[in-house]
Amino acid sequence: MSESSQPHDQASGKLRPLRVVGSLSSLPDNVIGAANLNVWGVVAFMMIEGMGFALCGAAALYLASQGKGWPPSGTAPPDLSFGIAFTILLLASEVLNRWVDRKAWAHDLAGLRLGMVLITAVGVVLIGVRALELMHLNVRWSDNAYGSTIWLLMVLHTSHLITDVADTAVQTEWLFRKEIEDKQFSGASDNCLYWDFVVLTWLPIWGLVYWMPRFWGGS
Amino acid sequence: MQQAELASEEARVAAIWRDKPGLWGFLTTVDHKRIAARYIVTTLALLIVAGILALDMRLQLSQPGMERMGPQRYNEAFSLHGSTMLFLVSVPVMEAMALWLVPLMLGQRNMAYPRLAAYSYWLYLGGVLMLWVPHALDVTPDLGWFEYPPLSGPTYSPGHRADIWAQMITFTEVAALAASVNVVATILKLRPPGMTLARMPLFLWAMLVTSLMTMLALPAVMLATSLLIADRLVGTQFFSPNAGGDVLLFQHLFWFFGHPEVYIIFIPAVGFISAIVETFSRRPLFGYTVQVLALISIGLLAFGLWVHHMFAVGLPRLGASFYTAASMAIALPVGLQIFCWIATIGSGRPRYDTPLLWIIGFIVTFVLGGLSGVMTASAPLDLQLTDTYFVVAHLHYVLVGGAMFPLFAALTYWYPKATGRMLSEWWGKVSFWLIFAGFNIGFFPMHILGLMGMPRRIYTYEEWTGWGTLNLVASGGVLIASAGASILVANALFSLRGGRRAGADPWGGSTLEWDCASPPPPHNFPATPVVESRTPLWRQEHAQAVMTGLSLKRREVLITSPGEAVPEYRQYSPGPSIWPLLSAIATGILFVGSIFTPWALVWGSIPVAVALIGWFWPRPVKEEPR
Repeated sequence: MSESSQPHDQASGKLRPLRVVGSLSSLPDNVIGAANLNVWGVVAFMMIEGMGFALCGAAALYLASQGKGWPPSGTAPPDLSFGIAFTILLLASEVLNRWVDRKAWAHDLAGLRLGMVLITAVGVVLIGVRALELMHLNVRWSDNAYGSTIWLLMVLHTSHLITDVADTAVQTEWLFRKEIEDKQFSGASDNCLYWDFVVLTWLPIWGLVYWMPRFWGGS
Repeated sequence: MQQAELASEEARVAAIWRDKPGLWGFLTTVDHKRIAARYIVTTLALLIVAGILALDMRLQLSQPGMERMGPQRYNEAFSLHGSTMLFLVSVPVMEAMALWLVPLMLGQRNMAYPRLAAYSYWLYLGGVLMLWVPHALDVTPDLGWFEYPPLSGPTYSPGHRADIWAQMITFTEVAALAASVNVVATILKLRPPGMTLARMPLFLWAMLVTSLMTMLALPAVMLATSLLIADRLVGTQFFSPNAGGDVLLFQHLFWFFGHPEVYIIFIPAVGFISAIVETFSRRPLFGYTVQVLALISIGLLAFGLWVHHMFAVGLPRLGASFYTAASMAIALPVGLQIFCWIATIGSGRPRYDTPLLWIIGFIVTFVLGGLSGVMTASAPLDLQLTDTYFVVAHLHYVLVGGAMFPLFAALTYWYPKATGRMLSEWWGKVSFWLIFAGFNIGFFPMHILGLMGMPRRIYTYEEWTGWGTLNLVASGGVLIASAGASILVANALFSLRGGRRAGADPWGGSTLEWDCASPPPPHNFPATPVVESRTPLWRQEHAQAVMTGLSLKRREVLITSPGEAVPEYRQYSPGPSIWPLLSAIATGILFVGSIFTPWALVWGSIPVAVALIGWFWPRPVKEEPR
């Protein structure tokens, strides 16, 4: 399908001649940090998902402002204890996450392996605590719009949590293979960036799920 | 001697970038041109099919009391027409044009994320099947292109028609988001050395703004339709007023997407227009900076107007006034752009070939659509005009005039680059005049019908209404436009073989895509171009400055800094893979399954995870083909 695209004269409808002004061969073939192409993909997906979180939050505020009770009378707000436990553990995991990122930047394979194993384990524990949270929301999603909204916010965050833990687990497994490539370090760093996102988005959702029903009040 | 060396290097690069032949190559390709071509052909096929539906509806309305269709069939026809045109044609065709053009305008060999582009197409194709296969089985959505609850809720719409519509949206929106991420990353990180932001062709600015808008707007419609599906499937109460829900929440979310959507369709057209006006006026675009700022301000303002679609639902008076003002404000940047194009044509040496004719047709039609837009932006007038044929006329003037005419301009302009052949100018002009005249004869009378009180979405009307004559004129106009469209298609098909050979740069274009062969080889460019101005091909010096040094052993693209396009590193670019197709199939099974059972979200996510792990599985570089 391709015609020969050797340089030719333009007058005959062919390509212009080329004038070489430099070489790119001395450039590195991977970098870590903001210059890396894949970071931009991760940031772009965080932007999309962040917009989704924001819109869910807006929907929650909109429905709560309809004056029909938040929660409706007779419904208790979600139990605080597991939510607090989850939040503390999640914030603690962020300290570990930053440490893992430093190991990735330093190309410290042993440290990175250890860190990734630890953060996967913490992620699994977090999913367990999340299951307990879901059992203590004190409302079913089909009870009323309040219940639907609480579940929407929780399911949204949980799906990101599970996705990132699974992703971390797979990347960790790859780190234990024989041949390690440079891009696996930048990939681990990208994964840390996404974990930041999972941690940071939880804080407003925590407020909307656990604290808004307490301060907004009943009908 | 240097030229001979370059030629031998290029032969090696060409071997690395070539696809495998046959069906396997077709299913696994990550060549942006091939993916974009199938995207464009699919959208154009749907444009024709949904256009035939429109013709069918016009025949039904051409006389009072016609009985070609009953009310149910008519509901299905306009729902299918609107949903197809908005979700399966207008947005995807613009994304597809970007997938094809962006790397070529950047002098690059592929998009930033080649496999994501393939995944985007396969998922989009899933959306097409989601709507049209059930239609063949007579389960057609019948509630229009925006399906408001409570009508679309579980109580009033049992069965699966509403679910099919909602899940078609999920398919196409995920596909569009994937394409947008790709476009943004490519424009910001894959620019050639020297192409600073301030030297970017306006088309790239337009696609950058559009893609960012897409990323912020589309989550809203996905949320709206997901909540609708949840209400229908698992009994959530988001839109149930008697359980604390609110039906207007759906409308807010839908139009928070829906109004930016209009600009997501229009802004790429701005990019086409700017490229074509520049080339055919044979001078650099007038007011480049104004154009860029106008694009950005349209992008911002577009998110502040959605409520003007809801003037009739009862809003606080201050709200209505605010959104009236905001809606009128957006006419200002759009007006500035139109003046810039007119100034470019007026001060240039215009050559009125078919692409420029389409642009002039655009200016006339779009200005008319803009004027009726300013009218409907006014809350008190809108209360009278809403749900009448005036709105039908307005939206077709802005969408057909504002997006389809520039699209036809773009297709005729870049056809020689894609196929290596010229279209027939004479038949091109015939098709332009037939479509332009037919469109205006067809849609202008609808303004008057709307003012006379004819509501939209009625399957017939009675003779005493006095709407018969204008409806007959409208139907006649649509027939004329259809004849023009047939000629356009025939011209494109015949010219594939019979057209004059185009050469690399038949129009004397200003941007980099005109510097590679027509059609471009799989690797697009022999070496990485270096750019010194906004119009890199309009220069004193004959030879193109390039940099060499990308790998001759594996696929590589050059990554540069987002602002100044300073080379940063050589990025490995993934080769052909079956995993994007498998991932799309797994995602499709999950989406279709979730219409029937919520467990599809649980069990369906397993094959999706498996496919994605396969996609990203690290392979040693030596395993890559040749």
